[in-house]
Amino acid sequence: MTNTTSLPVTRSLSPMALAMRRFRKHRMAMFGIGLLLLLVLYVSVVGWFSSGYCAPISQMVYGEAWANCNDTSLKLQPPSSDHFFGTDVIGRDILARTVYGGQISLLIGISAAFVEVFLGALIGAVAAYYGGWVDNLLMRFTEAMLNIPSLFLLIIGARFFGSGLPDFNFFGRELTGSVVVIILIIGATSWMYIARIVRSNVLSLRELDYVSASRALGASDRRIIFTHLLPNTTAPLVVGATLGVANAILAEAYVSFLGVGVQGSTATWGNMLDGAYQYLETAPWLWFFPGTLILLTVLGINFVGDGLRDALDPRSSRHM
Amino acid sequence: MPAGAVHSPSRRNPFLAMTNYILRRLVQAIPQLFIISIILFLLMQSFGDPIATLGGRVPPRPEDKERLRRQWGLDQPVYIQYLTWLVGNDWQKIDMDGDGVGETPGKRRGVLRGDFGNSLVTRKPVIEMIGERLPNTLLLMLTAEFVIIIMSITIGLYSALRPYSWFDNLVTSLSFVGYSMPVFWLALMLMYIFAVNFRRWDLPYLPTVGMFDPAVGKTTVELIKHMILPVTTLAVISTAGYSRYVRSSVIDVLGEDYIRTARAKGLRGILVVFRHALPNAALPFITIIGLEIPFLLAGAVVTERIFAWPGMGRLFIDHIERADFPVLMGILMLIALAVVIFQIITDVVYSLIDPRIRLD
Repeated sequence: MTNTTSLPVTRSLSPMALAMRRFRKHRMAMFGIGLLLLLVLYVSVVGWFSSGYCAPISQMVYGEAWANCNDTSLKLQPPSSDHFFGTDVIGRDILARTVYGGQISLLIGISAAFVEVFLGALIGAVAAYYGGWVDNLLMRFTEAMLNIPSLFLLIIGARFFGSGLPDFNFFGRELTGSVVVIILIIGATSWMYIARIVRSNVLSLRELDYVSASRALGASDRRIIFTHLLPNTTAPLVVGATLGVANAILAEAYVSFLGVGVQGSTATWGNMLDGAYQYLETAPWLWFFPGTLILLTVLGINFVGDGLRDALDPRSSRHM
Repeated sequence: MPAGAVHSPSRRNPFLAMTNYILRRLVQAIPQLFIISIILFLLMQSFGDPIATLGGRVPPRPEDKERLRRQWGLDQPVYIQYLTWLVGNDWQKIDMDGDGVGETPGKRRGVLRGDFGNSLVTRKPVIEMIGERLPNTLLLMLTAEFVIIIMSITIGLYSALRPYSWFDNLVTSLSFVGYSMPVFWLALMLMYIFAVNFRRWDLPYLPTVGMFDPAVGKTTVELIKHMILPVTTLAVISTAGYSRYVRSSVIDVLGEDYIRTARAKGLRGILVVFRHALPNAALPFITIIGLEIPFLLAGAVVTERIFAWPGMGRLFIDHIERADFPVLMGILMLIALAVVIFQIITDVVYSLIDPRIRLD
């Protein structure tokens, strides 16, 4: 290491390191990462610096009580130095609700993407690995799901489960069961594209020698699928999961906007907009702030997803 | 011709091959539609009791409710309800008074014979209710689709001819923003700017709700004025994605050998683009548009809700709260059917335009 002036040492980079390098050079992806970091900061630490009226805030935003704390004599106040984003129809602080609602929206987005990727990978891998009638049945089911517009599926799913789940405790905070319902429904209505990609990847992978070898060594089907096939199709899963978070946040916003999503007592960016359009003219701050936060989050995630796609599969987008 | 060359019938008679293909695809689509209808029917079972949500018209006496439940077949097991929905019950007698003996002849003819049943809320035939709303949705969506196609091709082509110029970079950034925009956010912003604030500033402002002003009547000018905002909302978001698509396929095509040949023989740049590059680049775009059109029928749920546009999306939203499953099933099956048919049409059109594709 002392004699650095001699020949440059070229170290061969692993595919992952190469991908990381491409990702870091992707300007838009870096911008997206920055945007997302700011948003995470927003939903986690803004409570420290903003002042509320029911309780002195200056602390981590924990419970619904804080976000729901209201003063009906202060309803529909425009943004002011006391309430930077104004107050809503029953006098709740919009800033507080966007902070707390942001935590819930991000929670829903990330969890739903997990459900989506899990279902998609499982169904795609099982269909491709077993082939035959299993493949046929699963793919017909996938096609059928793709042929029903996803928003309708979401609405019907939300109605189907309704408020069937009880409230539950998550990291010391009470959440309505409708949060879980929405997570499961968004996941259950969006796995189809991932299933198709995974299926086509696994179809070609399972013919490779290393799979035959591990089968000859007596590996079980489950072991082959989970340790040999799925890890080799990570790239589309990572990209799919990233974009899945954005789509899940949008999906939550749409169903909540249509009034069948998360119940109003648990604030989310989506249900803050439910009914807000009736105040289009008189109280634009009701819909402007939560809507803009959704836009920024989805934008950031889409930038990152695009960067990941370019980094993980350089052939996929020569010109994008 | 080499001896013994095997010719499929499609080589001899392209028309026959096409007909064969379409028929085969239609037959394949039938089980798919059955699966869709079963999934949806099962999901709708837990929507709650339609009789309880009838609103002010609930018959007050419990025995009347029972009669209604039996008349609508809601007392039957799910699979019987599904079969009734599918093939009807006009050969059976329904037991309406609950004595175990059927006496009232059934009237339903079932979906397979074109009867989607009556709405549980309005008692009107479902077909009629959809028929009232479908033209409104089509008017909105086809106009939007037209704008989307024109805009995407213009913007995409312009970007592709000047890749990585300031215009292209600007469009790239904007298209990400457009693509990430929640529909309702854009709709509310447009309404806030062009309806609320323009009126405040005494500028000519646009209407926000409905199809026409009842005081003026349903005139063409009124319709156009009411369509500007919803069409813009729909167009901005889709154009953002599609223009990127056009751009990348034009750039791909411009790198092909036959484009170089065309340039080499001295064809003017503009002719190369419009005669050779654009038609070829448009092919995948046509596929995407074709596959999207049926989803447009559904895609406008949020837009129709915000702009109070009396289309199918609003019909769906209005009736889901009342568990009016004949209407919901009707709308969804119509869309599923449209999806299947447009998939076939898209494949056929594609093979007609691109002779390299063979229908097999």
